[in-house]
Amino acid sequence: MNAGFSKFLKSATFGVAALGLFAATPAKAVDLTVYTAVEADELAGFKKAFESDNPGITINWIRDSTGIVTSKLMAEKDNPQADVVWGLAATSLMLLGNEGYFQGYAPKGLDKIEKKFYDTVNSAPQWVGQRAWIASVCYNTVEGKKNNLPIPTDWKDLTKPVYKGHVIMPNPNSSGTGFLDVSSWIQMMGEDDAWKYMDALHENISRYTHSGSAPCKLAARGETPIGVSFAYRGAKSKSEGAPLEVVAPSPGVGWDLEAFAIVHNTKKLDAAKKLADWSVSEKAMEMYNESYAVVSMVGKSKPVENFPAGIEGKMIQNDFAWAAKNRIRILDEWRKRYDSKSDPK
Amino acid sequence: MASDNVAPYLKIVDVTKKFGDFTALQGISLEVFEKEFVCFLGPSGCGKTTLLRAVAGLDIQTSGQIFQKGRDISALPPSERDFGIVFQSYALFPNLTVRANVAYGLENQKVAKPKIEQRVTELLDLVGLPDQGTKYPAQLSGGQQQRVALARALATEPGLLLLDEPLSALDAKVRAHLRHEIKELQHQIGVTTIMVTHDQEEALTMADRIVVMNNGVIEQVGTPLEIYSQPASPFVADFIGTTNFIDAKLVTPTSARVGNTDLSLSASPPGIAEGTEVTLCIRPEDVLTGSRADGAPNQMTLPIHHVEFLGSFHRLHTDPVGGGAGLMIDVSVARAREIDISVGGSIRVALPAEHMNVYTAQR
Amino acid sequence: MSDAAATTAPIVKPKISRDDWIMRIAMMLIAVYLLVGIAFPLYALLAKSFQNADGQFVGLANYITYLTTPALSWSIGNSFKVTLIATVIVMFIAFIYAYALTRSCMPAKSLFKGIALVPILMPSLLPAISLVFFFGNQGIIKEWLFGAELYGPIGIVMGEVFYVFPHVMTIMLISMSLSDARLYEASEVLGASKIKTFFTVTLPSMRYGLVSAFFVAFTLIITDFGVPKVVGGQYNVLATDVYKQVVGRHDFQMGAVVSMALLIPAAFAFIADRIVQRKQVALLSARAVPFQPKPNPMFDRIMLAFCSLVGFIILSVLAMAAFSSVVKFWPYNLSLTTKHYNFQLMDGGGWDSYFNSIELAAWTAVFGTAIVFFGAFLVEKSRGFQHGRTAMQALCMVPMAVPGLVLGLAYVFFFNHPDNPLGFLYHTMPILVICTITHFYTVAHLSAVTALKQMDPEFEAVSQSLKAPFYKTFWRVTVPVCTPAVLDISMYLFVNAMTTVSAVVFLYSSDTTLASVAVLNMDDAGDQSPAAAMGMMIVCTAAGVRLLHMILTRGIQSRTQAWRKR
Repeated sequence: MNAGFSKFLKSATFGVAALGLFAATPAKAVDLTVYTAVEADELAGFKKAFESDNPGITINWIRDSTGIVTSKLMAEKDNPQADVVWGLAATSLMLLGNEGYFQGYAPKGLDKIEKKFYDTVNSAPQWVGQRAWIASVCYNTVEGKKNNLPIPTDWKDLTKPVYKGHVIMPNPNSSGTGFLDVSSWIQMMGEDDAWKYMDALHENISRYTHSGSAPCKLAARGETPIGVSFAYRGAKSKSEGAPLEVVAPSPGVGWDLEAFAIVHNTKKLDAAKKLADWSVSEKAMEMYNESYAVVSMVGKSKPVENFPAGIEGKMIQNDFAWAAKNRIRILDEWRKRYDSKSDPK
Repeated sequence: MASDNVAPYLKIVDVTKKFGDFTALQGISLEVFEKEFVCFLGPSGCGKTTLLRAVAGLDIQTSGQIFQKGRDISALPPSERDFGIVFQSYALFPNLTVRANVAYGLENQKVAKPKIEQRVTELLDLVGLPDQGTKYPAQLSGGQQQRVALARALATEPGLLLLDEPLSALDAKVRAHLRHEIKELQHQIGVTTIMVTHDQEEALTMADRIVVMNNGVIEQVGTPLEIYSQPASPFVADFIGTTNFIDAKLVTPTSARVGNTDLSLSASPPGIAEGTEVTLCIRPEDVLTGSRADGAPNQMTLPIHHVEFLGSFHRLHTDPVGGGAGLMIDVSVARAREIDISVGGSIRVALPAEHMNVYTAQR
Repeated sequence: MSDAAATTAPIVKPKISRDDWIMRIAMMLIAVYLLVGIAFPLYALLAKSFQNADGQFVGLANYITYLTTPALSWSIGNSFKVTLIATVIVMFIAFIYAYALTRSCMPAKSLFKGIALVPILMPSLLPAISLVFFFGNQGIIKEWLFGAELYGPIGIVMGEVFYVFPHVMTIMLISMSLSDARLYEASEVLGASKIKTFFTVTLPSMRYGLVSAFFVAFTLIITDFGVPKVVGGQYNVLATDVYKQVVGRHDFQMGAVVSMALLIPAAFAFIADRIVQRKQVALLSARAVPFQPKPNPMFDRIMLAFCSLVGFIILSVLAMAAFSSVVKFWPYNLSLTTKHYNFQLMDGGGWDSYFNSIELAAWTAVFGTAIVFFGAFLVEKSRGFQHGRTAMQALCMVPMAVPGLVLGLAYVFFFNHPDNPLGFLYHTMPILVICTITHFYTVAHLSAVTALKQMDPEFEAVSQSLKAPFYKTFWRVTVPVCTPAVLDISMYLFVNAMTTVSAVVFLYSSDTTLASVAVLNMDDAGDQSPAAAMGMMIVCTAAGVRLLHMILTRGIQSRTQAWRKR
């Protein structure tokens, strides 16, 4: 912001301390502030495991959805509040990394991590992936049968007229999952064909949701027969008893990583490094694997119940750098094509 | 009382008050003496309340000075002046008992508790409410509430008591009674008092001196009798009591022409040139009738149009003298037995020169 | 009059007493609060809308982008369209409802009055979630929409009508109860028909109420975020656009621009309403004889039927929210469970967010009432300092014109600016409290002013003459006499702090997640049953506080009966 405004702020807020009805809470000795988008129910376990392995360090989770955590980090760009960002989409981390948000660090054990799952552009990686978060389609068997809808097995299937009005997907402008779908289609089909594909798909979409997990949850509840979402969500809903089939359509599925990065100006660098080291440990990987089928350590991934079989093989060759660079352009194009048509029919 | 060699208790010098473009008070100067009871009297909007509030410091004047006991209080806030005040609304604190209301000012003077209690009891006795101390204001009658307000204002023994239309919210009977009581009380404790009222009867019965105000200026200052019998202007004459206005032209300093008749005057005020249009004022009860008119100057006979019976007297409405409005003549009930005042008949009257006041016509 | 006198005589400069100084300093402090709470953040927001992502001034470039991007600018039209439709519908329903309550002799009027207020206790997300269970693709009565889609304008209109109904109905009720019975008598004596009387007496006498209801409904609807968020589907409106720009696209500049697009109509509607209100007050002060309805079995029955229907719908919406919060797996397993109340396993912060909300509501009620009431007292009762008081009064009005989302976003820009010494407040409970107090400042201020105006204006004069410092009279007289109003204000602040989403959605942190935001996030993630469950927690809490308020008010009234009653 310009200097004039800064000056205005400084002078304008004189004596406001008198209003200080509350005092800021003093920070503890080693209290790591960690921003994360990992689901709430998993966090307690991670915290406990890390803290017992690293006495003297406590994790203070700041948790929210991918979109909100990213905006929050963005908003705090000039004055970062986090020490570590952990379990956030790699695409978001790259976006922030381009702003100089992070400092590179090669955690102990990086050699065991699959190359495509961490930042190889910088010599000391700015971000390191923990586990993959993979696009999938959730198909409600009850509603599907009612509407005579076959199970889609290829992305192209979803453009068939039979699915008209029965598909929900996340809006890429507000959901990371939505973006990884769009980005994977473009990477697989090429730009022109991908837009043609989405034009056709748009005809079948009943609505775009703000959240990436919502389409699958809506499919689980039968609000829609088909929801484009991600595998973890589908598997979880299915385990909870939803009449779902989780499908990884051909020819391949987009994915993103839950990854971590250390914020450049952190005052708790040592503790942050310890968290980084721990995050690529075998123990951590096993914990990641409890609910996600694909983790970043070579040869460590074991199948998880209700995940589509062979999903690892379907993961596309994802070019994160390209995705991060073209993100705004793709989103603007998407908005131009599909968001302005959102008038009622 | 108002003698020149005593320093005034309150001295108001050239006070002007403006609200935006509106001038509420214009160059008011006035002196009030110790222990005096002064009334500010005038129609609504004349500035009397504004002047009172300036004295209290509630609405400080735009320019001019006010001295209390020789101390310049012109710019002081109310809390640094010495007065007690009673409002028309009483302004009693509704959630405090009568005793707590009366004690309110004493508490601020850091008076010891037992002393406060003693003083409150004294004051409630003084205003005739010894048994009402534990009640809340809303449980009292209007008249009782006003007495509590008075006790509260007097509790701190202020040098000056200000009463802002204190009786107007009460019904006629209570008002008449309280009028007397307040006057008594004031006399008893000898506090200098200024009361604002629009009720001439209140002013005439209570005040030592009356300040008649109109349009932000003082029309006349004087004792009730002076104000009544020698009003300084047609306004005062009209505002206080009832007056006949007769249009005339001054012929000589002691005579004026009304229509075709010449009326003799005792004396006209200096400075009115001969030939000037004037207004003659005479009160209806000062017009002589019947046998008492015999041999008096300025005699005439006027037809009676209409008779009002007003209890202790009749008011006759007759033809005008010369031009203008008709004449009003008050005839006591006793006198009415002696003369014929039936409508349609005529009555012989005389306008005694000594009761006729002369003013420059204000047209 | 003579100008000469005015120019020659020296102007008296009133001495400022200790009381005056204290009051002025106190007023300045509250003014500083309001400047920090509303004026500076709005400035920061405005500045942001003229900057590019790197913070350079780019003039109107963002606005031009906005207006030339149909996906964005269409929302203006959409917003106005649904807002106007919903406003007209809600006014129509509320009018008849209020008419029944004032002009008929139907039974159970106070019950219906109570039912009409139920929506106030809900965050606007909750009725929208209920609508999904009624009319969504698995809704129990989705056929009633004849194949039309809930998600979109239909859902928004239905949800908004429900959400603003109590506000509009209350305004109409007040406006109708102001009618002068003598006019009706005159009309009857002159032989006018019922219909003619309605058009010549009833409607004209409540014209200000109608206009005011219109603007209030308009402002509430156009700025509401909860309903379109849940049932808006692909139908973009300004309020959801702000959220989408910021949360989805991280485009703060465009968020600021859309905020301005939302702020302008809201501010206009607010100003128009203020003008109308002022006229209504003039009408109010005239002495009127209250209208007493006469029984008319036919009419009363129709009115009862109408109110019963509306009341039934309101309660159904609440009941559906309650039901959906205890159903195991809608629509496949309708057995009952309390598992959705196990918020710990959900997005949105778990039970902590509920207790955070209670904490926020309590702080807001305590500090908010203190600041608002004392501020109103200073504005109303301090001496002199006319310009300061007028400025303060104007400042107190600003929050009402600012939609919650706009305020919240403005706070992000202002408080998270690295040069802001108040930055330490960012991400804390205090900033949520400050934001919430500010958001609801105006209404609370106006009710405090109304209460203070009813007090004898001479109390202060008397206490000055008795040399009592103003704060003594404030504590011993003003506050006790105004206790009912003070309680009203604190309840208003508490309930709104519980239910508000828009102002705090950009400001909470993981330590300060809130129940209302949790409803939003759980719904966003597709967890509608837990969202409904958290919504029910809010409703129950708000209802409980209302009940407590009622008991307290009664208690105080009976304790202080001695001085209130004759």
